[in-house]
Amino acid sequence: MQDSREDILSRIRRRLGRTAENATTGRAEIEACLGRREQGPRPAAEADRVARFCARSEALSSTVEEVARREDAPAAVARYIAAHDLPRAAVAWRQLVGLDWSGAGLQVAGRAANGDDLIGITGVFCAVAETGTLLVLSGPDTPATASLLPETHIALVPASRIVPGMEEAFTLIRAECGALPRAVNFISGPSRTGDIEQTLVLGAHGPYRVHIVLLRDC
Amino acid sequence: MQIRSMHFKARAGAAAADRALQSKLATAKGLFVDGRRRAVADIDLEATREASRAIRNRAVENLDLWLERFEQEATRRGGQVLWARDGAEICRLVADIARRHGVKKAIKSKSMLSEEAGLNAALEAAGVQPVETDLGEYILQINDNEPPSHIIAPVIHKTKEEVADLFARVHGKPRKTEIGEMTREAREMLRTHFLSADMGISGGNFLVAETGSVALVTNEGNGRMVTTLPKVHVVITGVEKVVPTLEDLATLMRILPRSATGQSISNYFSVLTGVKRPEDTDGPEHLYFILVDNGRVDLLGGDFQDMLRCIRCAACMNHCPVYQTIGGHAYGWVYPGPMGSVLTPLFVGIENALDLPHAATMCNQCGVVCPVKIPLPELMRKLREQQVERRLRPWGERTALGLWAWLARHPSLYALVAKLGVRYLNWLAEGGDRIRVMGVAPSWTDGRDFPAPEGRTFRELYAKRPKT
Ligand code: SF4
Repeated sequence: MQDSREDILSRIRRRLGRTAENATTGRAEIEACLGRREQGPRPAAEADRVARFCARSEALSSTVEEVARREDAPAAVARYIAAHDLPRAAVAWRQLVGLDWSGAGLQVAGRAANGDDLIGITGVFCAVAETGTLLVLSGPDTPATASLLPETHIALVPASRIVPGMEEAFTLIRAECGALPRAVNFISGPSRTGDIEQTLVLGAHGPYRVHIVLLRDC
Repeated sequence: MQIRSMHFKARAGAAAADRALQSKLATAKGLFVDGRRRAVADIDLEATREASRAIRNRAVENLDLWLERFEQEATRRGGQVLWARDGAEICRLVADIARRHGVKKAIKSKSMLSEEAGLNAALEAAGVQPVETDLGEYILQINDNEPPSHIIAPVIHKTKEEVADLFARVHGKPRKTEIGEMTREAREMLRTHFLSADMGISGGNFLVAETGSVALVTNEGNGRMVTTLPKVHVVITGVEKVVPTLEDLATLMRILPRSATGQSISNYFSVLTGVKRPEDTDGPEHLYFILVDNGRVDLLGGDFQDMLRCIRCAACMNHCPVYQTIGGHAYGWVYPGPMGSVLTPLFVGIENALDLPHAATMCNQCGVVCPVKIPLPELMRKLREQQVERRLRPWGERTALGLWAWLARHPSLYALVAKLGVRYLNWLAEGGDRIRVMGVAPSWTDGRDFPAPEGRTFRELYAKRPKT
């Protein structure tokens, strides 16, 4: 194993004409590049971030309902579930179980999802206006399975956590988490495939539906 | 994967005569080409291409240093970085990992390197059941391990009727013909595998040096399953896939999905770093990166270094008139279309893929759409030059070219031969404007007509021009 590593790296060095001197300048260059974290060209940001986020989400086949406060979320989720004739039981991130779900007639368990759960309710770390994308991070209270295994994914998105682009999302992770968590998942609408005759089908291996409850005053 | 690139001519000929194939390709082309055109309208395309080119160049030009940095960061977060010189070494490393962790079943999200290495056969030989989970790759696997014909739409050559027959036969369920229902059936078959596998194998769209992460793009969600559920995750990727920072990732993610499928963003984009933390409820406990050479290192510092920028988006084949006529199988190895016409000879040997650099009209559609500005026709031309230098072209062609060169150095003789040539071609056209059978080179007109010359040579017309 060690030989392959040495062999590959030494051939790369030889082909790049690596010498002791240019290794020093090269290292300085990569440090500078990592320090600069230069951004590429970006589309003009729209003034109304929330409107942009909602419009892009809908373009990706997600649905959006706006409510004012966190406490309004259970009733909104219950409305969605009733309208789509879905079961009234769900798994949710642990940080969300404190909301009054039973008051809205729903049974919500705070745990990771398994293959049998049909609805997963999550929050977001933040959301991206440019593309209508939800960002979820893995962690003890934010299992990745909740947004992946169930057929329906419902996400509560505080308006204040909508950032313009992916760049700001990464900046926010660096600022609030330090290092990256195990999984940073950008989710843009329900899972899909176009493999058979390039015909778009929603619901491949992940959710068939993504519903966003936008929390306007949060 | 077995190399069949030397049989290009015969297979391309058969494919060119296959009308059903072309109608499938035409539909897909429409979707991909229109989709891309619409999707790039809302970004500054040229600036983004230029930035993407610069990012990939920056990585490739200091590749050793970036890889060392990546290795250091990935290791610090609990990943183990392994290196493979070729396909055989990939297979050996993966089989070793499987043995170490007592793996019986491996779920796979699409990896072109796994195709290069023929990994599935090796896994089976090692007593591990490999399960492809990308819908297209799954269809190919249950169809007796058929090779893919496109790098992002692997079953572009199949109709839904063919898939319906296959599912009915293999799944043993009533035949379905509605694509949504067929997809659900495959989802249900694969769910049980997702939940019972002990190892996940994925490719990697990018490696991030800053954080030691792998970035993975999928639409179906299978990439997330493969990297979340099993206790072991193995990433197999080429050494050239490294990029410096997360900001670079953000730039490339503006251009990759747009170029590939015409999406402004893919459904799932995951940046994965290290193993499951002690308090986490999900994620793999063991993470391995296999960084692969398999011919890539030899491209550094030479005529073909530009090719290492490739981000495998498939825009070049979607826009290629040759690919659109013959599909992917004719190219005979993992990579079809213009990028395959360059990569295949470089990876499997120029002498094993003599026709591929000639499988082009040099229209440069590929070069124009390539998101990292790889001058594909230019690289094909360089490969042609190497064939001539290494005397790999057939005797007849070499003689003809020698003759032409000699003629071109003798202007009056050249004029005479051109004049006779034009008369000859006009005679072949029998007074019409097309030549149905080219007398001296009949295979030229096997699948097409040759336009007849207008009547006079350029020199004759030039001599007759009104003097001002
Ligand atoms: S050569 Fe360019 S267009 Fe073709 S797959 Fe690679 S990046 Fe895409």
